[in-house]
Amino acid sequence: MAKYLLLKHYRGAPDPVNNVPMDRWTPEEISAHIQYMNDFAARLEKTGEFVDGQALAPEGQWVRYDGEGRPPVTDGPFAETKDLIAGWMIIDVDSHDRAVELAGELSAAPGAGGRPIHEWLEVRPFLTAAPTVTECLGHG
Amino acid sequence: MDEALLRSLTPGVLTVLVRRGADFAAAEDAVQEALVEAVRVWPTDPPRDAKGWLVTVAWRKFLDATRADAARRRREDLVEEEPAAGPASGVDDTLQLYFLCAHPSLTPSSAVALTLRAVGGLTTRQIARAYLVPEATMAQRISRAKRTVSGVRFDRHGDVATVLRVLYLVFNEGYSGDVDLVAEAIRLTRQLADRVDHPEVAGLLALMLLHHARRDARTAPDGSLVPLAEQDRDRWDTRTIAEGVAILQAALARDRLGEFQAQAAIAALHADARTAGETDWVQIVEWYDELARLTDSPVVRLNRAVAVGEADGPRAGLAALAALDGSLPRHTAAAAYLHERDGDLATAARLYAEAARKASHLAERDHLIRQAARLNTRRER
Repeated sequence: MAKYLLLKHYRGAPDPVNNVPMDRWTPEEISAHIQYMNDFAARLEKTGEFVDGQALAPEGQWVRYDGEGRPPVTDGPFAETKDLIAGWMIIDVDSHDRAVELAGELSAAPGAGGRPIHEWLEVRPFLTAAPTVTECLGHG
Repeated sequence: MDEALLRSLTPGVLTVLVRRGADFAAAEDAVQEALVEAVRVWPTDPPRDAKGWLVTVAWRKFLDATRADAARRRREDLVEEEPAAGPASGVDDTLQLYFLCAHPSLTPSSAVALTLRAVGGLTTRQIARAYLVPEATMAQRISRAKRTVSGVRFDRHGDVATVLRVLYLVFNEGYSGDVDLVAEAIRLTRQLADRVDHPEVAGLLALMLLHHARRDARTAPDGSLVPLAEQDRDRWDTRTIAEGVAILQAALARDRLGEFQAQAAIAALHADARTAGETDWVQIVEWYDELARLTDSPVVRLNRAVAVGEADGPRAGLAALAALDGSLPRHTAAAAYLHERDGDLATAARLYAEAARKASHLAERDHLIRQAARLNTRRER
């Protein structure tokens, strides 16, 4: 029982095998892609492994604190930012292997020509609450 | 209303329905509905016979659901025969329910969820919150688990070890939602220990109690982990420790050692020391040797290396550690700790920081990065 984040990137991931940008797909291919993603989430809910899935707008801002009584400083968006997150799915699975298996299936979502995109997805484990039994290292 | 009492009646009610011929999945749903109704009705109209009330209501819910399902005519014929009236018989099938919910065909997370619902009487929503997943997901996980075990014969004795692994998981991985899963794991293990005479069941119960007794001292007010050596031992719950030790001693006396008894023995040796300095590390190393023999687990050998470092000095601990696979979880953290004890603070600080990057638990990560910061600050002065 561990949660994993499956991260999808607009930019920053290695190139997929079927590397055609979405605006060059046919509308039917786009519909097929979205259907695949929805079906995937629905299937994971049925297996009791789905936690959350969200998509992000590609453009965001950088914000930082600028001192007492001053409004935060904003900047960007920066076109040159290397890593850009497109969205995520959070899953709750029994093993790391299962997380990798599911990421592999998600990466098979169809793209141009109805063929799998073979998109690179990032699989990141959540840090969990500490277990109750931690005799090791004098914690506990 | 005492919700724990209500929930303790769950397995008994469920087994009555199953013995009357209801299939497990439908019976389990009916019992859930009865529990929900009890929570609603009992505060203003408490029943004289709580279990009898639940059996009556759950049976009615089961009949309603069955009749509503026109496609299941055949089963309706079955249930039209009036079941034996009055209180349930004295035969206790609760044990069978534990076996069913921990059946080896289930994945660990399904077994945990099904056990908490069917044996523990928790609602799907409570279980979902405890494991931080949406209620719909948890509902699917549970109904899938019920389908998986639907063909399993209810009257067959299972393996106690599978049940213990599930209860250990509940104990060890509980989040602190509105249900205290640690307390729930103890309740379910205690209930199991009342029904099955097995030294490992007692061993697990002792292990849980001995760890639970230290819970208040384990975390600082800011939520950070307090290492065992630095815990305020006055805050340990001595009554719970005494109970755990007594249960463990009775189990060990039967001379059928298992891994939970050995783990509990280690916890008992820690609980027994009035100060960290009085800890009997030599005996703890011996128990780790037993554990390594029983489980052949690399994690146990890692813990043993740390104990060797306490018993025979950090150099001996580092030598024991060097014999183990460096990619083991917490290997780097153990090395950092032993290097610090050996006086090599620069290496220790570097390894603590590296261990923090590899940690899989949040509080542990924070603890390790604090250790690195503490050593780095001290060295820069």
